[in-house]
Amino acid sequence: MNTVAHQIPSDILAAYAAGQLPHPYALVVAAHVSMCDAARAEVEGYQMLGGTMMEAEGPVDVSATMRDAIFAQLDAPAPVEPEYKAQGPIPAPIMAALKGKAPKWRGVGLGAKQALVHKSDAGTVRLLHIPAGQAMPDHGHAGLEMTMVLQGAFYDGEDRFGVGDVEIADEEIDHTPIAAGGEPCICLAATDAPLRFNSRLPRLLQPILGI
Amino acid sequence: MLAFDDHDLHGNSAGISPVAAAVVTRLKEAPALKPTQELSDQTIWMLAVRDARDRAAFGRLFDHFAPRLKAMIMRSGMAADQAEDVVQDVMLTVWRKAGMFDPARAQVSAWIYQIARNRQIDVIRRETRPVPEELSQETSCEPAADQALALEQEAAQLRAALAELPEAQRTMVEQAYLGDLTHGEIRVNTGLPLGTIKSRIRLALEKLRHDLKELRAQ
Repeated sequence: MNTVAHQIPSDILAAYAAGQLPHPYALVVAAHVSMCDAARAEVEGYQMLGGTMMEAEGPVDVSATMRDAIFAQLDAPAPVEPEYKAQGPIPAPIMAALKGKAPKWRGVGLGAKQALVHKSDAGTVRLLHIPAGQAMPDHGHAGLEMTMVLQGAFYDGEDRFGVGDVEIADEEIDHTPIAAGGEPCICLAATDAPLRFNSRLPRLLQPILGI
Repeated sequence: MLAFDDHDLHGNSAGISPVAAAVVTRLKEAPALKPTQELSDQTIWMLAVRDARDRAAFGRLFDHFAPRLKAMIMRSGMAADQAEDVVQDVMLTVWRKAGMFDPARAQVSAWIYQIARNRQIDVIRRETRPVPEELSQETSCEPAADQALALEQEAAQLRAALAELPEAQRTMVEQAYLGDLTHGEIRVNTGLPLGTIKSRIRLALEKLRHDLKELRAQ
């Protein structure tokens, strides 16, 4: 059994199950559920709630032509959909978002690297690679930030986050995660707004890095 | 609902195929089964589709779920004919991916609900909804039979709990789980019957532990 000390809260898992969660966070939840049995079970619980309510909907007539159209297609070969598997520390849903390609790492200074996974109006998802013992750039953020550990660990103040753990930081928190000793820390980080770095250099780099 | 008595196992009162009946028999004979428990018609139809590609059973699933799916999809303001396109995609997926259905882990309604939400998001937001990695496991009925039946009981309790929700509360939960998908809410009311959800979660975890133990034993 995987056990995760820092779980994603129930209301966020429910938002994912209901299909309401914005895309960047949905990527993190899908990655987390792939790694954490307790979260998977909980999401399935909310899906059961959704299914029960769907089944209780007052039925709306469907056309007979649509029914016939479906039956006419049952023998047709199903379209082949690519299947993505986890690669090393990178979970399957993230490999799917990368369309099966290896992440394109770019140095962001002091040995740290990042790779863009998703960028849209809804927000940004990145992979971060931080050398052991090193701090992530000090930053605050305008919206909610979800950070999941894929390899190694990091400390944020007193709290240690290991593989599968998720840190959820809202705009109130001005935090400085530090990679633990040992192997480099690889994280998956989603935000719905650009990060604002508190030190001068990263802020200058921000438009270039696209974060 | 189909009770485990001889009439239902042999008769076609629920219109089930011989294969579905065999599945029911296997489930009935499974150890640790309480005779008072029963599988729903929907589960039996879905197993017949999964195990025997039974078209009549698929027709019954369609007649039960398509009108309800259409109602859910039209809540998002989608026109009737566009909603039917989505229903068509969802029901075809049900047929094609039937092999993934596991009655010990999901009710048919929950399994179809999640396929429908995926499809709705793909259509409305024009991006593929991220989904977790599938658990690799054999879908075998015998060891999971008591889990499947326990899940049916949980579902009945959940329906009862939902029916008892005050109107305002129910509307709010419905809005989140069935309604519009364009608001992008980060937090959603989990729904009041939390005790039921929690026991569903406990059951799912027991099932996962069981599967993992089996996998390790192989």
